[in-house]
Amino acid sequence: METLGVDLDHGLRSFRLSLALDVGAETVALMGPSGAGKTSVLRSIAGLLRPDSGRVALGDDTWLDTPRRIDVPPERRRVGLVFQEYALFPHMTVRANVAFGGRERVDELLERFGIAALADARPATISGGERQRVALARALARDPGVLLLDEPLSALDAHTRSRVRQELRELLLDLGLPTLIVTHDFEDAAALADRVGVIVDGNLLQVGAPSELVAAPADTFVAGFTGANLLRGVARAAPNGLTEVALDAGFTAYSVEAATGSVALAVYPWEVSVARDAPDDSAVNHVRAPIASLVTLGNRVRVQIGPVTAEVTAQSCERLGLREGEVVVASFKATGARLLAGGVSSAR
Amino acid sequence: MRPSAFGVVLWAAACVALAFLLIPIVAILSELTLGELRDGLTSDVARDALRVTAETNLVAMALILLFGTPTAYLLASRSFRGRTLLVTLVELPLVLPPAVAGIGLLAAFGRLGLLGGTLESLGVDIAFTKVAVILAVTFVASPFYVRTAIAAFEAVDPDLVAASRTLGAGPARTFGRVALPLASGGLGAGAALAFARGLGEFGATIMFAGSLQGVTQTLSLAVYQEFDVDFDTALAIGALLVLGSALVLFAAKVIPSWRRSASTSITVSAPSASR
Repeated sequence: METLGVDLDHGLRSFRLSLALDVGAETVALMGPSGAGKTSVLRSIAGLLRPDSGRVALGDDTWLDTPRRIDVPPERRRVGLVFQEYALFPHMTVRANVAFGGRERVDELLERFGIAALADARPATISGGERQRVALARALARDPGVLLLDEPLSALDAHTRSRVRQELRELLLDLGLPTLIVTHDFEDAAALADRVGVIVDGNLLQVGAPSELVAAPADTFVAGFTGANLLRGVARAAPNGLTEVALDAGFTAYSVEAATGSVALAVYPWEVSVARDAPDDSAVNHVRAPIASLVTLGNRVRVQIGPVTAEVTAQSCERLGLREGEVVVASFKATGARLLAGGVSSAR
Repeated sequence: MRPSAFGVVLWAAACVALAFLLIPIVAILSELTLGELRDGLTSDVARDALRVTAETNLVAMALILLFGTPTAYLLASRSFRGRTLLVTLVELPLVLPPAVAGIGLLAAFGRLGLLGGTLESLGVDIAFTKVAVILAVTFVASPFYVRTAIAAFEAVDPDLVAASRTLGAGPARTFGRVALPLASGGLGAGAALAFARGLGEFGATIMFAGSLQGVTQTLSLAVYQEFDVDFDTALAIGALLVLGSALVLFAAKVIPSWRRSASTSITVSAPSASR
């Protein structure tokens, strides 16, 4: 499998986009606030934007090399780009849209994405989730070497979103293409990507597995962005009226939310408390494990305890005398544990 | 509900304006009996003028579409220094008095004009020929098309053009399969407007091409000539022009909404090609 190498420098309105990234056969999410330059990265790779200077190559195939004056036009770069609003051709049927990318595998792709029944429909008459599948099928019809997805879930309503997220994860694993996803949502990034890069004002602040970012954010900005711990597990209804989740990490947790099957349990670090012994309070979930890392962020400390990261004040950390390697108990309430259908990618 | 005073004012003003526009048209149509209309339209003058108008306007329209469409796409899709200046130039004939357009064409292409010597050495004489009518109509009517076409191309979502490129289509194929079909409604409306303007062309034509029956005398020139000679024939041709212009203008309003069905013909070919 070829590796996508990207090295860009480009002046945007109020800052410089400056970023270097290698993407192998994996999914990397670029996450950051609106206007951070995420979409400009995708457009530069696709050839729709010519950066001031930079290099883009897939394996030995150089698409952009400004010092050598190479700038391959978009139609000759093997890129599958799925636009944020999907950009389906309104004057063509679903079939003609897919065939626009390449005619060899149209029927196969229509079948694979479950849109064969819509083949003669116009994009305006189908749902958001269906449009996304058409956009994916069209991008893949080109047989791309790289897949670029710009906010693939943002145009969907909340209900469709979780289902599509799961379908998309399975598809990306199945394709095994170097894939870049732009998103501003950590849950989406963690669910879809092997690695997450946080991009702010054109700079890549940190790149790492989702759990790494939660446990050891490079700075407060990343900490603010990463949001919740995401723990994979299998859910079933428990006799006490709660949902019992057998976590892959070897613990059992409870949530007030109903779910069965493969789920991701989400709990925010600031809703996890730390104690020497299991406290006798209202929290029903306890994880006893040694402290893997302590990361100070101003007046806060992120404490990684087994699979869970807690955020406590610097004073509490000092008062408890927390040190790496010490066994402590992380606790959180069943009401603070949200369940997301479909699970998330394993943190590597 | 009681109508508001403001509503009454609006309606009153609109009635005056509409009546003013309608009365001359009604007058043209009511001053003629059906027999007079038939006689007028079957006269030699009218038949010749109709033929000249049809021939010259069809060629002029073809020229406008052939050169105007790429020009409009260029101006709509590229940004470069001096673009606004070029757009202004393209639109200039809209505000130029037709007589000035006529004298300009004469000064450029006439025997003694700027390019007259070059053309004469090539054995080409343009002024006071059918070619002159075509050039006059093209000059005066083209901005009606190009202006609308620029707006139509600008209204095409840039993401669709970008998507076409990333899907492997070069600039030319992107133009043909995405930009052109999506702008077709606006292009059709612009073409209808330009055609309506061309049908009524008078000032530039009479300056540059003269009014020779059967050669350069179009319908509007024939109205002008006949109103001294045979007022009924002038009225009959006038009635024809009123109906023709109204029909074309109506088409310009209706055509954009045909886009959906018009674009079907483009996708019809796709399934067969996709096996």
